[in-house]
Amino acid sequence: MVINCERVWREVSDYLDGEVDPELKAAIEEHVLGCQRCTAVVDGLRNVVQLYGDERMMEVPAGFSRRLHQRLEGDMSRSRRTFLGWAVAAAASVLVAGGIEVARSSVFGRPSLRSEHARPSNRVPPDMMVIVAEDGKTFHVAGCPFIHDKPRLRTIPAREAEQEGYAPCVRCMKKYLDATASSGANPPNEKLA
Amino acid sequence: MDAGAGPLEHPAQQDYEERLIQRIRDGEHEAFYVLIRPYEKRVYAAALALLRNGADAEDCAQEAVLKALKNIRQFRSEAKFSTWLIQIAVNEARMRRRKQRSDLIEPIEKDLAEESTYAPREFADWREIPSETLERKEVREKLAEALSSIGEIYREVFVLRDMEQLSIEETAKALGISTASVKTRLLRARLMLRDLLAPGLGGPWSRDLSFAKGVKPW
Repeated sequence: MVINCERVWREVSDYLDGEVDPELKAAIEEHVLGCQRCTAVVDGLRNVVQLYGDERMMEVPAGFSRRLHQRLEGDMSRSRRTFLGWAVAAAASVLVAGGIEVARSSVFGRPSLRSEHARPSNRVPPDMMVIVAEDGKTFHVAGCPFIHDKPRLRTIPAREAEQEGYAPCVRCMKKYLDATASSGANPPNEKLA
Repeated sequence: MDAGAGPLEHPAQQDYEERLIQRIRDGEHEAFYVLIRPYEKRVYAAALALLRNGADAEDCAQEAVLKALKNIRQFRSEAKFSTWLIQIAVNEARMRRRKQRSDLIEPIEKDLAEESTYAPREFADWREIPSETLERKEVREKLAEALSSIGEIYREVFVLRDMEQLSIEETAKALGISTASVKTRLLRARLMLRDLLAPGLGGPWSRDLSFAKGVKPW
């Protein structure tokens, strides 16, 4: 199948979401290899999805948590008006607020996890072979459109990838695991194409 | 079946949340703090994307969380709690938006473009951006500014799908539109953002950023 630039632009979003059939996927990849403009479009779209998908893009104003909890406390105490309930709620909110601070500081201390979304999951079979890039942060199923065109890719077991601080790609790993869970199939070891 | 839609979640996470929800239903309201803690940012982000005003978004997020607590008995465990909560926030934000609009002259929203195809305008080479770039506040602000400049119908789909990580089906359900519309709008939102952000002549990056004179921010 040979496709033109316009077709690539129409399909590029579905391509990144893994929503195109294998024939179209191959056609897009073949076209992009020889087309500088479409390479720019695919790379750019991938950047957009990755940048905005990062947890750091979800900022809340200073004091947001505290004010939210105050409002909840107010609501709860209005609805029950028991001193014990209020005391427990206040204590819980202090604990939670403290917890958030700890969580925040630990996020910055752990740059290896790209985002909270991408925390390691024990749904990934430890022996499954996954793809990592030396300077990347996530591990992928072979063929994932989110593996950038990188020179140094390695295929290693998921267990090792997680030990090395890689987090599962929220796109391909999720799709893959959902598919294997629904088909009941054992995940095969993926090979590099 | 689509239990894993959205972010990759620990299977134990859902069990844990179900136990918390049971405790809340049994009257232990304090467990609600623990339940919502991981999702506070996501609720605010959804509200902000729709309302584009920090103060309104905060009030809307608080209201959504209160509604979630009040309606916790209606939550069905076949859905994920996070998705349910985001959906409440989306509904609350949309309601407020409608109310704000009724005070103004109704804007005429012509989205003829949705049927026509959107061709990329910017072909500057934009290779992978290291995620460390996001440590820079001005970069995050530029991204937020670009997002708030695209049309509402595109922004809400993009935020639910690419920031909140809902699946296409969940996004469609939350917004009450078809999955085909989600896909069309998502394509357009992503392409528009790429055009706005890809470095190049005339792009906002090259105009407004001090480091942009011949040097890409990444």
